[in-house]
Amino acid sequence: MAKGTPKPDELSRIDYTPPQKEWMDTPVKLKPGMYCWGAKAKNLQAVGFPNARDWTPADEDWKLPENWEWTVLEGIYDRLKKYRSFQLFLDICVRCGACADKCHFYIGSGDPKNMPVLRAELLRSVYRRHFTFGGKLLGRIAGARKLTLDVLKEWWYYFFQCTECRRCSVFCPYGIDQAEITMMGRELLNLLGLNIDWIQGPVANCYKKGNHLGLEPHTIMSNIEFMLDDIESITGIRIEPSFNRKGAEILFVTPSGDLFADPGTYTCMGYLMLFHELGLDYTWSTYASEGGNFGFFTTNEMAKRLNAKIYAEAKRLGVKWILGGECGHMWRVVHQYMDTWNGPADFLEEPVSPITGTKFENAKTTKMVHIAEFTADLIRHGKLNLDPSRNDHLKVTFHDSCNTSRGMGIFEEPRYIIKNVCNNFYEMPENTIREKTFCCGSGSGLNAGENMELRMRGGLPRANAVKYVHEKYGVNMLANICAIDRAALSTLMDYWVPGVGVTGVHELVANALVMKGEKKRTTNLRGEPLPGVEEEEEEGKEEKEEQGG
Amino acid sequence: MRALFSFIVVIALVAIVFVGVKGANLEFLFGVIIPYAALATFIIGFIYRVVKWGRSPVPFHIPTTCGQQKTLPWIKDSKIENPSTTAGVIARMALEVLVFRSLFRNLKTDLREGPRLAYGSDKWLWLAGLAFHWSFLIIAFRHLRFFMQDVPVVVQWVEGLDSFLQIGAPLLYITDVIIITAVTYLFLRRVYIPQVRYISLAADYFPLFLILGIAISGVLMRYFIKVHVVGVKELAMGLVSFNPTIPEGIGVIFYIHLFLICVLFAYFPFSKLMHMGGVFLSPTRNLANNSRMVRHVNPWNYPVKVHTYEEYEEEFREKMKMAGLPVEKE
Ligand code: SF4
Ligand code: SF4
Repeated sequence: MAKGTPKPDELSRIDYTPPQKEWMDTPVKLKPGMYCWGAKAKNLQAVGFPNARDWTPADEDWKLPENWEWTVLEGIYDRLKKYRSFQLFLDICVRCGACADKCHFYIGSGDPKNMPVLRAELLRSVYRRHFTFGGKLLGRIAGARKLTLDVLKEWWYYFFQCTECRRCSVFCPYGIDQAEITMMGRELLNLLGLNIDWIQGPVANCYKKGNHLGLEPHTIMSNIEFMLDDIESITGIRIEPSFNRKGAEILFVTPSGDLFADPGTYTCMGYLMLFHELGLDYTWSTYASEGGNFGFFTTNEMAKRLNAKIYAEAKRLGVKWILGGECGHMWRVVHQYMDTWNGPADFLEEPVSPITGTKFENAKTTKMVHIAEFTADLIRHGKLNLDPSRNDHLKVTFHDSCNTSRGMGIFEEPRYIIKNVCNNFYEMPENTIREKTFCCGSGSGLNAGENMELRMRGGLPRANAVKYVHEKYGVNMLANICAIDRAALSTLMDYWVPGVGVTGVHELVANALVMKGEKKRTTNLRGEPLPGVEEEEEEGKEEKEEQGG
Repeated sequence: MRALFSFIVVIALVAIVFVGVKGANLEFLFGVIIPYAALATFIIGFIYRVVKWGRSPVPFHIPTTCGQQKTLPWIKDSKIENPSTTAGVIARMALEVLVFRSLFRNLKTDLREGPRLAYGSDKWLWLAGLAFHWSFLIIAFRHLRFFMQDVPVVVQWVEGLDSFLQIGAPLLYITDVIIITAVTYLFLRRVYIPQVRYISLAADYFPLFLILGIAISGVLMRYFIKVHVVGVKELAMGLVSFNPTIPEGIGVIFYIHLFLICVLFAYFPFSKLMHMGGVFLSPTRNLANNSRMVRHVNPWNYPVKVHTYEEYEEEFREKMKMAGLPVEKE
């Protein structure tokens, strides 16, 4: 935990009373722990972003280019013409407040500017002043204000306190999606080189090296090699996956986070074991080695530039279709943007499961299938030999990731899988799951270390629902299908609900998967003894002692 | 402050008609010219706004999905909350527009000791919103009787239903009671809920006061300060037949009522009230979640600079070869 992060009991004293002063008269104060470091010059340069320079948000001087106001206003004008969502959402909000207490950042911080409606007003007020007749004429009384440096700083602070989770848009009577406005706000900020380095660093990495973490080709292979060693010592089976192999049937793409740190690596081992067991004709790619897309948190154009690699690589390798791993924003992008940006993928074929023959008609143009869809289909057809009792020490609940929930709607597939590989599954309260799910608090590139207070505040509603099932049913494992979740929720659980672990769904699958020719497993993928094994060992020892005595 | 400002503006509007009609005999201005001008502003403005929205394209397929997607045949998809077909979208939009589906989801978040977060159902806003919009619609519909020589039966039915309680003379319309109650509630929640007060602008109070003014003047006219109804109908018929007349002795309260309606019409296209048209265009609601099945085309999609595989291999060729990875160029 970062230094200076308040303790849970201190942090949970939240005051929801708005200040006496009107919000336009409350200038932004950058509170340490609530924001991230500014994007470094070299990372901005790497992708040709404007105004590349080192800068510090806490400094008075943000080293803005001359005429920056003009750049921003022009940027707004441009986007109003390009995005109906932006134009419409700026125009039709009635400030009914239905979205207000739906945002996890508002719930966790009580800061009124974290109410989605007010977050939008931060930008809407400037739009009124500079782009509407009433706003120009009446000014303040029409809710209009000029674009000033203070306003710009406020945008930066609050557009990086929104995880683009879309929860607000579920509740808004007109579907106003603050995520859209945040995206536009961040695009505008990027015109001035005002990103955060936790996003810009991975973007630069991904552009040059193919993944957010900047893993070079041989490192990717050696990371996977480590996992293969572990798998061998647990199952006795040596797996030999292929990389950049031409002519494979399927290209597999997953977020690079799965290659790097646990518990993501266990999920990755899960994929490897599953594919091996199926004898799947697939390949990894070191060039398209990132499913996630931090470019999505900068500009639409950058997101497209990073995403282009997936189709390009599929084409180069001559695969038939693409299978995608467990990730949240990756799937928002794949599901709602990829084909539009970089399609049509007419060089690929409509995905068909080589094991079950199922046609994935839902992916017939994008040609990319979610691994939960793929695995659920396998289980349904009885293609996997599963022993759920190996997960009997776990009481599992499932966290719906924002992006796959509200930007796709994949609810049943992961649940179906979990229920087939675990015997103990409990849902969190209804208002905190599925389309009403709460964000991990660290999405959209906000999973840095320096903004830990923000993350713990934003994660409070999610954590609180986990705590509920933890106390009620003894839930000790939080499953999810997102790489950011695996990293972020671990920290969140340690902070709010110690004693609850975090896992990807395919880790659970692999633990339950009885592989052909495997030796008797004594531990799970984490190296912890399997349920029942400890007692057996104990008994074995006693027997020996008896025999000896 | 902002509420007060809006209140004063509405009072001023009332004062203007009062003085105009009583003092300056401007019946023709308020009874003919302004209604025509207001209606023209409404129609032109409304179309202008919708066309303006329509001209910005929808570059990406971004429905907010509120239920299970359509995937494998044995998984039951949520056909309305996460529609994959046009019929589903129509149903979703119909629910949204007719019964305010999304607002019906509303919850109230409560932070208790522990900390323990609780989410209680909170349907008041939904109920008041629904009551307000529907009674407004019914009242507007009832008014058709003033614009047609022979009152159509449907209008008579609606009137009959609306007054089925059979209280008082003239019979009390339930919608009159409902609209005043609902608008009052909507106003009070704006003032009393601190968060809502904090975000409210003059532009949020103004339409409330205006509509309240319209409703109250209407009620006064019907039940208390009698106006010359035949004259009103004559005036209305004159307007629709483009043969305007100003009958004598209608009463100033009518002009107040009419003028406030005119202000509402003229103000409409410039305000948040345009949500009436906007909701139909909302891309998070009016698109089917089929973006992996049917390709969505962005009209302004343009080529971007990417880091190609060739450039990548160029940089890492030696390392790739050492690791045993296949390369394109030796
Ligand atoms: S719910 Fe929608 S209309 Fe209501 S305040 Fe929020 S964004 Fe505006
Ligand atoms: S998208 Fe999520 S984080 Fe952003 S304002 Fe809406 S609810 Fe809050």
